[in-house]
Amino acid sequence: MSINPNESVAVSPSIPHHRKITFSHLMNKYGMLFVLIAMVILMSFLSDAFLATQNLINIVRQISFVGIIAMGVTMVIITTGIDLSSGSVVALVSVVAASLAHPGEYPLIIPIAAGLCIGICTGFINGFITAKGKIPAFIATLGMMTAARGLALLYSGGRPIGNLNESFLVLGKGTILGIPFPIVMFILIGIISHLLLSKTKFGKYTYAIGGNEQAAKIAGINVDRYRIMIYAYAGLLTAIAGMMLTARISSGQPSLGLMYELDAIAAAVIGGTSLNGGIGTIPGTIIGALIIGVLNNGLDLLGVSSYWQQILKGAIIAAAVLLDSRKNKRA
Amino acid sequence: MDTEYILELEGVTKEFPGVKALDNIHLKVRKGTVHALMGENGAGKSTLMKIIFGIYTPDRGVIRFKGNPIKLHGSKDAIRLGISMIHQELSPVPHMTVAENIFLGRESTKGFGWINRKKMDQEAGEWLQSLNINIDPRTKMIDLSIANMQMVEIATAVSHHADLLIMDEPTSAITDKEVERLFAIIDSLKKKGVTIIYISHKMDEIFKISDDITVFRDGQCIGTKAAADLTQDTLIQMMVGREIKQVFHKEPADIGEVALSVRNLTRNGKFRDVSFEVRKGEILGIAGLMGSGRTEIIESIFGIVPADAGEIYIKGRKVTIKSPQDAIRYKMGLLTEDRKITGAFLPLSVKDNMIISSIDDFTVKGYIKGKLANDMCRAFVERLNIKTPSLNQTMLNLSGGNQQKVLLGRWLMNNPDILILDEPTRGIDVGAKAEIHKLMSRLAQTGKAIIMISSELPEVLGMSDRILVMHEGVPKGELEREKASQERLMELAYS
Repeated sequence: MSINPNESVAVSPSIPHHRKITFSHLMNKYGMLFVLIAMVILMSFLSDAFLATQNLINIVRQISFVGIIAMGVTMVIITTGIDLSSGSVVALVSVVAASLAHPGEYPLIIPIAAGLCIGICTGFINGFITAKGKIPAFIATLGMMTAARGLALLYSGGRPIGNLNESFLVLGKGTILGIPFPIVMFILIGIISHLLLSKTKFGKYTYAIGGNEQAAKIAGINVDRYRIMIYAYAGLLTAIAGMMLTARISSGQPSLGLMYELDAIAAAVIGGTSLNGGIGTIPGTIIGALIIGVLNNGLDLLGVSSYWQQILKGAIIAAAVLLDSRKNKRA
Repeated sequence: MDTEYILELEGVTKEFPGVKALDNIHLKVRKGTVHALMGENGAGKSTLMKIIFGIYTPDRGVIRFKGNPIKLHGSKDAIRLGISMIHQELSPVPHMTVAENIFLGRESTKGFGWINRKKMDQEAGEWLQSLNINIDPRTKMIDLSIANMQMVEIATAVSHHADLLIMDEPTSAITDKEVERLFAIIDSLKKKGVTIIYISHKMDEIFKISDDITVFRDGQCIGTKAAADLTQDTLIQMMVGREIKQVFHKEPADIGEVALSVRNLTRNGKFRDVSFEVRKGEILGIAGLMGSGRTEIIESIFGIVPADAGEIYIKGRKVTIKSPQDAIRYKMGLLTEDRKITGAFLPLSVKDNMIISSIDDFTVKGYIKGKLANDMCRAFVERLNIKTPSLNQTMLNLSGGNQQKVLLGRWLMNNPDILILDEPTRGIDVGAKAEIHKLMSRLAQTGKAIIMISSELPEVLGMSDRILVMHEGVPKGELEREKASQERLMELAYS
């Protein structure tokens, strides 16, 4: 008898499909989407300005930078890692790319390539130290967070770098079919990251490493190599966000991206990524980012002080983690 | 009320889902004796000790301590009454001192929570001295040898004024010389009137120190005898004493050329000079007690922890295996001993759990062909009779038997030549067990070489064509299927 099942067994849809759809099941799966929709509906009643097209575009554009970073961070968190260096890497990418983007010096490809290279390299170092050095990701990326910020300040002498090439500024200010370029990239990278995570070997391995690292090794996965690749991808996305942000504000700033790492982690966590690893999706993270965006924007429109905004954001993050841990306990 | 017995158990029963771990146990332990418990792995000794120590509560039955019925809610109750336990796995706080470990949770203070270190050191020193243990109480735990840590644990137990001390395989990690020291301490405890329940697999030790011996088998208490009335042979008889009731679905298979051969494989401190071979169509059983090096050997063959010395040949060709990836490349598959820790991805779907090792077969330019993977998984779900509502079901929600079948499916998808199964049926229900046995037999018939590790003697005897018996890291011999018997196996495993 052969073990190849295709010869001996007729492939039939004999697996029963009766899955009960319960309220708690729906809440588990789409809870945060409902929260987002509820927030949008509530805001549209509370403020006339909220539903204006320009306001909605503003919300998405504002959140697109952190949103892109959060996608990489999501993958890192799925592997039970963390990336605290995103904000500082944004700054480093910003000053280096800006310094190479003065009019009439280099072609556009140079600052972009340099920026991407910095992102990938810092991510690679994060991954390498975590995977090969067996140092907790928290510590490794905390080191990178401090070092990259220091490098950014050193490189720029602590001053903003202005006078940027028009073609570079398109990255932050341009539009495609009327849609701001950062939003286009947000959508594009969202689709790519989602496909990468859900449809490729890279994605399956990411979940497997986070789901059970020991089992992943025995299943034949080169855990270290994939871990490094995941951090490098996160660094790449951070660099893209960093350059678009630089273009958006027309200057390279060593203080750019302050606290971005925390917003990115928050978006991932609100979107259902589990800090215990193995669980998380890109659509979830996008929803998480949008919730933060709507919250910031809505509270602005309502004239709530930014101090209160921070408190509310904190409460929502705590609530999301609480929900996540309850979900895991039940399962 | 005074009684000859310090501990009496009457009808103690404990069930876990699907298993009767202890069935109507009656046991009496005489005051001031060393009482040994023997039996195979899984016979119920450890469960019983956990009940006596208050970690588990029995479903039925009465426990009398010093003549009074007791009900324990946690180990704190047990310690308060005078029952202490030295666990097989020591759990000291490594960066605290000996004295701090001994008085953990009941530190002497000068008031306001300020620790009276001097007093603690002095008292700890006195306890150690009283047992002739020569350790400075100010030493950090981490700087002690395993044996000395164990001594400290004994001192800790004694300092709780324990009248009954349970020792679970206390000699499994220490050297012969240290065993002598341990026995001297046990002797002095006995003189102080402390009763000791001693669990061990080592016959010579048991006969050396115990007054009474109780044998457990399959969750039942077979009997208690004075050590003086027993010989090694009669003890083995008591431990085995059963016919193989289960029917095993082992059908004859054509045994072909050598698929895997191992020469003088050695991993320091774990096993040494292990040589064996397994042929196509053959099921090689590896038997031995826990800690005999069984699992470690296959860990090394599969590249999880490479061996320090020795050679591995696959189909006659010498190979170097440094990682599981290497092993998989040489067409091996390994179903690990602990499904939850080293096998399953619990948060992931059944499908992802299955395809993870053969993902390249479904991948074109990094992109997984969903339909192909689904069809393959569905076929295996059907073939292995895996009960799951869908391929997308989370692994966590499956029963143990079905999880095990999913993992088996993972390796079968890879179509290995050599399949290593470590405790393939542990903790799964009878039905799934029979199915896995049937499948093993059929796989052998298709020419796969199978290595199976099992702690269950009937399973080893029922399924293997040949059995390699390990004892403390050294192969003790090989038995052909026809010549193997429980008695013979036990002799080798316990010698």
